[in-house]
Amino acid sequence: MEPLRPSDHFDSETPASTGIAQPKLDAVGWLRFAWRQLTSMRTALVLLLLLAVAAIPGSLVPQRSADPNGVVQFRDNNPDLFAVLDTLQVFDTYTSVWFSSIYLLLFVSLIGCVIPRTRHHWRAMRAAPPATPARLKRLVGHTERQVPVDAAAALDTGERVLRRAGYRVARYGNSLSAERGYLRETGNLVFHFALVGVLLTVGLAGGFGYNGQRVIVQDQSFTNQLTSFDSFSPGRFFDETRLDPFSIRLDEFEAVYDINTETGAPIPLDYTASVTVVENGVERAEQIKVNEPLSIGGTTSYLLGNGFAPWITVYDPEGTAVFSQPVPFLPQTSTLTSLGVVKVPDGLDEQLGMIGFFYPTAATLESGALTSIFPEPDLPVVTLNAFTGDLGVNEGVPRNVYSLNTDDLTQITGGESGVESLVLPLGDKVDLPNGLGSVEFTSLPRFVSIDVHHDPTQEGVFISSVLALLGLLISLFVPRRRVWISVVRSDDDGVTLEYAGLARGDDPGLERAVTDVADAHSAALGAPTEPARV
Amino acid sequence: MENFAALSLVAIYSAMGVYTLSFIMFTLDLAKRSAARPVAVVAGATVNEASASVAESSSASVATAVRPVVDAALASGATRFQRIAFALAVLGWLLHFGGTVLRGLAGGRVPWANMFEFGLTATAIGMGVFLFAQFWKDLKFLGAYITGFTLLSLGIVTVNFYVDVVPLPPALQSAWLVIHVFVASLATGFFALGAGLSIMQLLSSRRAAHKTEGLRFVDTLPGATTLESLAYRVNVIGFVFWTFTLIAGAIWAERAWGRYWGWDTKEVWTFIIWTLFAGYIHARATRGWRGDRSAWLAIVGFSAVIFNYTIVNLFFKGLHSYSGL
Repeated sequence: MEPLRPSDHFDSETPASTGIAQPKLDAVGWLRFAWRQLTSMRTALVLLLLLAVAAIPGSLVPQRSADPNGVVQFRDNNPDLFAVLDTLQVFDTYTSVWFSSIYLLLFVSLIGCVIPRTRHHWRAMRAAPPATPARLKRLVGHTERQVPVDAAAALDTGERVLRRAGYRVARYGNSLSAERGYLRETGNLVFHFALVGVLLTVGLAGGFGYNGQRVIVQDQSFTNQLTSFDSFSPGRFFDETRLDPFSIRLDEFEAVYDINTETGAPIPLDYTASVTVVENGVERAEQIKVNEPLSIGGTTSYLLGNGFAPWITVYDPEGTAVFSQPVPFLPQTSTLTSLGVVKVPDGLDEQLGMIGFFYPTAATLESGALTSIFPEPDLPVVTLNAFTGDLGVNEGVPRNVYSLNTDDLTQITGGESGVESLVLPLGDKVDLPNGLGSVEFTSLPRFVSIDVHHDPTQEGVFISSVLALLGLLISLFVPRRRVWISVVRSDDDGVTLEYAGLARGDDPGLERAVTDVADAHSAALGAPTEPARV
Repeated sequence: MENFAALSLVAIYSAMGVYTLSFIMFTLDLAKRSAARPVAVVAGATVNEASASVAESSSASVATAVRPVVDAALASGATRFQRIAFALAVLGWLLHFGGTVLRGLAGGRVPWANMFEFGLTATAIGMGVFLFAQFWKDLKFLGAYITGFTLLSLGIVTVNFYVDVVPLPPALQSAWLVIHVFVASLATGFFALGAGLSIMQLLSSRRAAHKTEGLRFVDTLPGATTLESLAYRVNVIGFVFWTFTLIAGAIWAERAWGRYWGWDTKEVWTFIIWTLFAGYIHARATRGWRGDRSAWLAIVGFSAVIFNYTIVNLFFKGLHSYSGL
């Protein structure tokens, strides 16, 4: 039996010419017409190409999922364009209505095509090959051979030869009809079902996943609970009780660098975070590296970033510490010149905010400004611009700890305040202006930023992808073909046989295959393996 | 180590010199074929076209039935220039291959960790696919296209993308670098060859449609139907490798970045290319889309591969920022 294919598959029969006196369609007729259109090859092809085109905008414009900061930057730079594009969901291309409708339609089309084909293929695999055509002469690889046996013996041997070559054989009168390569259609169906498998896994299991980010400073611990994450994105069906209970403490972070001898730029060679994991009350030492994430329970933790968290201590005029903690400074350059913010809301006469840079290996540029020439702390220096006024932290509105809104503040060091910025080498302490107090760069712990993921789709997507690849290989490289052996005439010397084949789908090796069958058959019957002279 | 890097460059420059000569010879071969058309060749080509149009209407399998005629036409179409050109291409490739291996030895790792090295390796593999494909079918008529393309690519990567040998950054320290990138280059090589065949197919079908137009050497090539079948067979191999690249990349991304798919710009373009070639395979099975239209899809697909390597690497912001520039 033929594989069931959409009517516009090039191997399907050409539909009789339409256009003359088409019957009127009722509602069911129209629905059937629409369904046939949707499941046609042409629609699938157009949807595939549309999907390719629709994916392009997401690579041109930053995406909220992959690059949220880029989106903010885009809004600041092009506020008008942003509004238009945002309405069109271009910043969420891959979850947008238009992108989703294309791939959902594509999958509906795919399922509508594949399910009837599966039913049909199931029946075909149990049916005998179709009857031998009356005339084989015009088919591929047609050849005739003379063999010195009678028709029955020739066909018996022919059947054996074909079966050994993997053909399914049926006898029709004085001929054999054989077909092989059913696996081609099986592979094709497996490939398409596997793609549905990928989509279903992501759609269903994806809702149960979550991922969260957290900065962990040296000697501090992070506990896997909702409130300890700096940022957290739950799946649709996420439930807080599903968080595996564990904690991670950063014991040490080590970075190894080389120097490019020509440009002097640092070349990172290795990052290692040594951590202590506590799970179910059991402590164990572990390492997290790039490309070597750490699995704990159902989660995986990845090392995504690292930097320095200078320990800043602020004293009031009496010398009492009113603020003392490590402050993560966010790296800005490959030499880890980093930007950080210190907020001291209590303990001084006024609220104090400071924006500062950290230089692991400080050097002075010709302009007098500081820079960092190496990412390791060979000569660590913090510079701070201090502000006083209302920090806006008392209204209960969540504020970004990495930024300071200076609009309503008074600058007291750096900039146009007339006072030099505070420059603090490690261990130094300087006074703030106006007898406000003093600031100390106490010590220099490191920090790492960790991504904690729980992704229940991984196994399903992996299995589906492997099945898709296998199905693809089979469907592209296993040839589906029919071969016939037919007795042309019998005489006293034996019989004359003819052989021919028919390809189902691309099959450049068909002619050779027919010849091979004829040769093997002749050899099995003790006849010369060359075409009979006709 | 420094010596290896310098030697590698010498080998690559020498390869470029030899490729230049090879390109000139391949071009002369095509010119020669355009000028003098042996009668037998014209007859062969015409027969082929005639039966090809019969084939279109009945079944694709006839394409194979006419191949003996085509091969005969090819053999008589080849000129002395082509033999010299091919020998030079082999010599150039040996230098090219040697230069790429030396570059790997200089770094003590696989030679495809930045754009320059990837350019060397991908073109070496593409050229290798072309040379080894001759054991399968005589595709030497693509010589001018492949050597020209390789020469141009080598020129661009050595002049614009050259970087010194530097150690691998932590994100690239993975066995997947070896597998993922190597298979991606293989896929690129097959797509390059497939695009060449599709271009020839378009030239051939245009020449068949308007006998007076187009390039005359096309008459010495296999007919459009045969070229289409060859292009398809080369492109589906590329497609399988590309599918593998995509899956391997996802597995690596899960290890290195914490998710197997995140619509990073490079991932997006890998997906676009995959979708385009999936479309190409469907087009080859859709009535009305075989022939010229599917050939255009294959060419657009390969252009997207080139775009992905150049424009996306250099100008798009993303996680695959390993150009070293």
